[in-house]
Amino acid sequence: MTTATAKKPATMAQALQRAMRDAMAEDPSVHVLGEDVGALGGVFRVTDGLAKEFGEDRCTDTPLAEAGILGTAVGMAMYGLRPVVEMQFDAFAYPAFEQLISHVAKMRNRTGGAMPMPIVVRVPYGGGIGGVEHHSDSSEAYYMATPGLKVVTPATVEDAYGLLREAIASDDPVVFLEPKRLYWSKSDWSPEAPVTVEPIGRAVVRRTGHSATLITYGPSVPVCMEAAEAAREEGWDLEVVDLRSLVPFDDETVCASVRRTGRAVVVHESAGFGGPGGEIAARVTERCFHHLEAPVLRVAGFDIPYPPPMLEKHHLPGVDRVLDAVARLQWEAEH
Amino acid sequence: MTVQELPGAAAYRPTPPPAWRPRTDPAPLLPDPEPFRVLGTGAELDAALMLKLYGELVRGRRYNAQATALTKQGRLAVYPSSTGQEACEVAAALALEERDWLFPSYRDTLAAVARGLDPVQALTLLRGDWHTGYDPREHRIAPLCTPLATQLPHAVGLAHAARLKGDDVVALALVGDGGTSEGDFHEALNFAAVWQAPVVFLVQNNGFAISVPLAKQTAAPSLAHKAVGYGMPGRLVDGNDAPAVHQVLSEAVARARRGGGPTLIEAVTYRMEAHTNADDATRYRGSAEVDAWREHDPIRILEDELTARGILDEHGIRTAAEAAETMAAALRERMNADPVLDPMDLFAEVYAEQSGQLREQAAQLRAELEAEAR
Repeated sequence: MTTATAKKPATMAQALQRAMRDAMAEDPSVHVLGEDVGALGGVFRVTDGLAKEFGEDRCTDTPLAEAGILGTAVGMAMYGLRPVVEMQFDAFAYPAFEQLISHVAKMRNRTGGAMPMPIVVRVPYGGGIGGVEHHSDSSEAYYMATPGLKVVTPATVEDAYGLLREAIASDDPVVFLEPKRLYWSKSDWSPEAPVTVEPIGRAVVRRTGHSATLITYGPSVPVCMEAAEAAREEGWDLEVVDLRSLVPFDDETVCASVRRTGRAVVVHESAGFGGPGGEIAARVTERCFHHLEAPVLRVAGFDIPYPPPMLEKHHLPGVDRVLDAVARLQWEAEH
Repeated sequence: MTVQELPGAAAYRPTPPPAWRPRTDPAPLLPDPEPFRVLGTGAELDAALMLKLYGELVRGRRYNAQATALTKQGRLAVYPSSTGQEACEVAAALALEERDWLFPSYRDTLAAVARGLDPVQALTLLRGDWHTGYDPREHRIAPLCTPLATQLPHAVGLAHAARLKGDDVVALALVGDGGTSEGDFHEALNFAAVWQAPVVFLVQNNGFAISVPLAKQTAAPSLAHKAVGYGMPGRLVDGNDAPAVHQVLSEAVARARRGGGPTLIEAVTYRMEAHTNADDATRYRGSAEVDAWREHDPIRILEDELTARGILDEHGIRTAAEAAETMAAALRERMNADPVLDPMDLFAEVYAEQSGQLREQAAQLRAELEAEAR
């Protein structure tokens, strides 16, 4: 059911805004709250126009207090609302950790299922935008380590819409990580066009190949796609799996790919030690050991506090670092 | 010499634009310096309410004693007694309407029971068989909250949501004196005042945060004074004077219900027992202090006054004691049996839909249980 309207490129920020707008229009219990989400439309303009369209009671500028924002959202959810909380930047979400971990993640369990927490916590995350310190953290490992939370991150404009709709519809709390360097990425998808909404928890093969699998998500997906194109010149035909959801984790799609290719590299920009790559590599090894031709490698950010913007290009995993890892996949052992 | 006293300093002092001036006259928000009291003042007393309060106090004291005994018998993992604080607990519960919500901390089991919660359900957290032990929506009692002050923003959010929906529901949030030092206390009060949320904060100032006395907790003139900075009224009340606590709370609840916004109430009371059974209170306080407070026991001062006024007689005292004994006997009996738990429940309510990872782990546990059973 494609529409006849001329498609104009949409950005990820617009897709996210559209997802909230559609959800708010369909369900009066959906409320957006956070710092600067009202008149300003968010510092990244993701909530642009929501306060005007739905009123300040539905899209609320809160006092500047992340724990308070999430803590009041817990109470709102207790009374049957579906709060969508915006944390302005990754590192500014940390004051809300206690609320997130002690209450949001555990309330369903503590109450024996009586009190679900249908809260979405939107967190712009990751580097590559030249931000000064505390504006570029990749915090996904902290969230992944907390049972009770779903952790989701889109890499495309279409997924930004679809996953956020699913997150808002979910009765479980969802940490929705928005790769901020992809906010202005474009696609041919029109904000007005219908989209297929996939349930949370399914990875997708972005590019098929038979030499090795790049397992990645969020801001590293475009890097891996570019690396896969460049790898063709080296004679490698790389498959790229975009996880989309870190929790729950789609073992099936990931392992099916690795069993096909026999080699895997996990790529993300958060720190490698204690990072998502270690968990993913372990899962893949446990499940696909006899299909593997080489150890599962990780390409991650260095184990350092996020560097100043003039140095971040040396820290962020780029195409070359991905290709170097692919080259280390013990190709000669094939024979 | 301060900056203001420096020669010529006045010339450099800018005149603040209007927005810089206080938006509210702080004077009406300030608490009276002396805690509000009813007992001993000759104020009129509602006999029916007084007998209700008295009965709940006696029952609450007995409940505390029984729960403490159950801890010693190994039936409870821990019990934070509210002996000495029963007036706050009971008045808190009785000041609410059925549609209102209570947000208790871990010490506020009595408030939940006085609100009508099954005495056994109120103890399941402390027994260790189910965290919350009851459906919070059914009783409009949030889970007993262990992390300090984190339930206060929940109360604000719920009250705010109720008002957005057009319901005249009030949330009452309980916190201790130690909890007022937490960031969540500040954020909750600030949100409540900015949103004019129908919420009442009751601080039970029982003198100690485990072992740390109030003087090491705050330099404020009183905890009720903290209200002024947020733009809400602060009230100071004698926390052992049950009619006084009930009156102050009822006024704050009524004010919140009619759209008047939040109130911070400090009830000055005393924790007669240790923090929990794991604490040794003799390390941080002397018996003279405890004895002084024993003279101001909430049950004793209410009983004395009601007896003197002819509202309560020997028969009434005996009736209340017997009702408390009946409750305690039933509690003992019901807590005597080991609860039957299904280990598979571990995986039941982590997510709305079970993930593949949890399904695998559930299968592993089931296999272990079957192997054990063979």
